[in-house]
Parts: sequence; structure tokens; C-alpha cells
Amino acid sequence: MMTSSSSLGQVRGLGSTKSGVTHWWAQRVTAVALVPLSFWFLISAISLVGADYGSFRDWISLHGNLTLTTAFALVLFYHAQLGMQVVIEDYIHAEGVKFALLLVMKFVCGLCALSIILATLRVAFTG
Amino acid sequence: MTRTGQTRSRPLSPHLQVYKPQITSVLSITHRITGVALVAGALLLTYWISSAGYGPEYFERAQAVMSSWFGQLLLYGFTFSLFFHLANGIRHLAWDAGWGFELPTLRLTGWLVVLVAVAGTAVTFVVSYGMRAT
Repeated sequence: MMTSSSSLGQVRGLGSTKSGVTHWWAQRVTAVALVPLSFWFLISAISLVGADYGSFRDWISLHGNLTLTTAFALVLFYHAQLGMQVVIEDYIHAEGVKFALLLVMKFVCGLCALSIILATLRVAFTG
Repeated sequence: MTRTGQTRSRPLSPHLQVYKPQITSVLSITHRITGVALVAGALLLTYWISSAGYGPEYFERAQAVMSSWFGQLLLYGFTFSLFFHLANGIRHLAWDAGWGFELPTLRLTGWLVVLVAVAGTAVTFVVSYGMRAT
């Protein structure tokens, strides 16, 4: 990936962006991926309205559904933590609180993605 | 004379509240609000899917929570947020590609986002109501 700081800025270690471009780019890449994934998820969720456990197990056991659910969980929570990071950085100005909130938020996002993926694998493989 | 900058009252730049709300600014903050709302929705999604990992009785309890009036209210709030954030997100991606910065285009695409969010939520309501009836 190209750097946005000038050669002199790079040599002196200056520039305010640090890893900002990477964050911005990752937000766009995950956003593009989420356009089709969200449509797929919405249609799937509607098809599962009022479904019992057996119907859910049959649905998640289809390889395509398992793959897309895993992709959706990963990309959704990656995009979510990028966005929440910006919101926290914009509104929380106390350095310690901000740092703690960012850590907790990222841990929660990671755990949620893991929980979704492991639950779907458990249901798909063990019924 | 020891007068520090902090103790002197200095003129402030105009704050947000002096500006008349416009479609551009209202949609901008709504994008952020719906984004945070969708994180809450993602937590509900985690509860729903994870409940299946605990077994049939937990999953069916989660399904009952979702079809209660409160669950339905939440889900339609999240559906609106999803359609809004999705449509406005596509608008953002168009700006990133350098398209759509002229004021008439900005206003048009802005109202289009509102239309997609409302119509998308309405269609979802009708279709999922049909699903429940069958």
C-alpha cells in the first residue's frame, strides 16, 4: 500500500496519519464486501422468521450458508470495530477512558464474531 | 503580567446549533447514529445465532424473544438502520470514487437514501409478515 506522507516526512518520522490510511482503506474494503453480504443476510433472516431449531440446523448445514454466515460475522464485526473506534475517538477525550473503551470494544467485537462462527459450526457439524 | 490563554474569554467559532438542519448534515449524523445502532443489532444477532449453539430449547426461546412485540420493534429499527446505512454507505463509496459532489446531486442522492430506507423497511415488514402467516 502507498504511503500518503512525503519522502521528507517519512525520513523524519513526521506526519499525522500514522496508520490512518490503512484504517480508512479497511473500512472501504469491508463496506464493499458488506453490500452483497447484507442483502444475503437480510433475505436469509426473513426466510428464518419463526423457524424451529430443525429448520435452522438444515439451513446452516448447507455449505454455502455456513460459508457466508462465517464471512458475514468476520466482515461485519471488523467493519463495526473500525467504525466504533472512530466514534469513541471523536467523543471520548479522557486518554485513559478512551484507551480502556477501545480495548473493551475490540475484545467484545472479536468475541461476538467467534461466538457466531463457533455456534454455526457446532450446529452444522453436530446437529 | 501573567495572563494565560485559558482564562481569557475568546470568540468561539459558530457551533452546530446555529446552522439550519439540511438534508446533507442530517443524513451525515444519521449515518453515524445508524452505524452505532447496527452494532447493537449485531449484538442481538450474536445472541440469536449463539443460542443455537446451546441447543434447541435455547434457540426456540430466542426465536420467541424475536417474535415478541418488543423483539419485533427492535428488529424493524435495525432493519431501517441497515437499509439506511447500506444505501448511504453506497453514497459514501460513490464520493470516494469522486462522483456526486454537486449540490443538486447531493440532495437527490440524499433523498434517494431516505426513500430506500423507508421502502426497504416496508417491504421487509410485508414479506416477513407473510412468512409468519404461512
